[in-house]
Amino acid sequence: MSRDLFRGMTAVLSLGLVLLVFLMAFVIWQQAEASVQKSGWEFIVSRHWDPVHEEFGALPYIYGTVISTMLAVLFAGPVSIGAAIYLAEFAPRRTKALLAFVVDVLAAIPSIVYGLWGSFVLAPFLRNYIEPWLGKNLGFLPFFQGSPFGLDMLAAGIMLAIMSIPVITAVAREVLETVPDGQREPLIAMGATPWEVVRIGVIPYARNGIVGAFTLGLGKAIGETMAVTMVIGNEPKISASLFSPAHSMTSVIVNEFAQATSVLHLSSLIHIGLLLFGLTLLINVLARLLIYQMSWRVKKRNENT
Amino acid sequence: MLNSCKLKIAGLQAWYDSRQVLKGFGMEIRANKITAVIGPSGCGKSTFIRCLNRMHEIVPGARVSGSVLLDEQDIYRANPVEIRRRIGMVFQAPNVFPAMSVFENIAAGLSLNGLRNKQKLREVVEKSLAQVGLLEEIGSFIHLPATGLSSGQLQRVCIARALAVQPEVILMDEPCSALDPIASFHIEELLSELKQQYTIVIVTHNMQQAARISDYTVFLSQGDLIEYGSTPTVFINPRDRRTESYITGRSA
Repeated sequence: MSRDLFRGMTAVLSLGLVLLVFLMAFVIWQQAEASVQKSGWEFIVSRHWDPVHEEFGALPYIYGTVISTMLAVLFAGPVSIGAAIYLAEFAPRRTKALLAFVVDVLAAIPSIVYGLWGSFVLAPFLRNYIEPWLGKNLGFLPFFQGSPFGLDMLAAGIMLAIMSIPVITAVAREVLETVPDGQREPLIAMGATPWEVVRIGVIPYARNGIVGAFTLGLGKAIGETMAVTMVIGNEPKISASLFSPAHSMTSVIVNEFAQATSVLHLSSLIHIGLLLFGLTLLINVLARLLIYQMSWRVKKRNENT
Repeated sequence: MLNSCKLKIAGLQAWYDSRQVLKGFGMEIRANKITAVIGPSGCGKSTFIRCLNRMHEIVPGARVSGSVLLDEQDIYRANPVEIRRRIGMVFQAPNVFPAMSVFENIAAGLSLNGLRNKQKLREVVEKSLAQVGLLEEIGSFIHLPATGLSSGQLQRVCIARALAVQPEVILMDEPCSALDPIASFHIEELLSELKQQYTIVIVTHNMQQAARISDYTVFLSQGDLIEYGSTPTVFINPRDRRTESYITGRSA
């Protein structure tokens, strides 16, 4: 009896979670409907955002969010995986405890503090040193053209990378630590170097968990609002140059929500929220598919040998 | 004695941090024989064999002193990677690499040593599988993930993996303790065949197993070597009272 009760309660609670997600999706959808009906597909292909004339095209915001998030994962990925491997496999006990603590603290810093640091330290540093150098040496690439601005796409990407590094590192480290010694010892006993032990024994075993860590980092980066708003420059432009100010889906919502007086303007902002919701969902689904695809590839490779 | 000595151990002591696990003893392990290491839990059996291929030192805080000579060469003055290639190891749990196929598992050590030639890899893998009696049993599955096999088969895959790098000595740390009696029996039979080519040192908790398969038996207790001799002597006519009471199960 009490077991059934317990079962029932946990079932209700977990169903409640699912219900909550559907409820949120429904409400957002309802509020966004005015914009969906007015703009239609135009909403995601038009780059013209003009609240005064009630024209709403969200492409620059979508572009900003997608590119800054991709940059973030690009920068954060190698750093986080490297740090997690060091922490889990090589760090001496004390160093490890200290570093793990620092990583956790990094994850707990409020994003507004990151934003302040980004606009007062990171942006000037990029503007005065990094971007001029990149422009001079790699200026032939479209990504590094134009005048250094500091508050731009590059700053947003780096900002997001710094903010997702602790998340990815912490999760990846925990995943690596769950890899049993039985995966390492036979390799050591066959004369593997520490790097070979990690590459052959540890990482393949932890593969799914590492992809999970990346997904969490990506989720963090895509939904991040305050810090991005403070460094991205907030101009709805689409430019290949990383030195160009940009805008993001989260920033436009936070910037315009309070001033949105017309029904359509408000609805359009909520429409962006709806897209963000969908995008997050999409990323999670893609991460899942990636895991399946990787297992499938291993199997296929095995059949070919 | 006619048998040549493969490993010569002298004054071997080992520690975990400040706790001394091996108190300093010496012995000679004979070539192409099976030497069983027996003794109560915590007596240092596993530590002892892990000192023979320098696996002890990978644990943080672990320390060794004394010498272990492999054919006259002190392994503690040699390159550990080289030593571990010559002295292979099989562990208690059948620890295959789950992300790899049976083939890749067995080829893992070879790839480490830079062997990339597919034809050659295939030959060695098939030879190793044949040595452990798995080639016909799972021949058609060798490109599937290793995780689908029974635990006895997995342990034989692990033995094949150790054999593939062509070691001279194989250390086994309770290789049958996770297996059912039939699978254990297969492994025991296999060991008797393998000793033609390899020197085998096996830690076991199973007295019958030690008596059945080994040529020599060493009894350790509390980090000391209590008795070492040919298996019939140790089991039928032990010199030390402690050996006798352990073997007959009267005390640990």
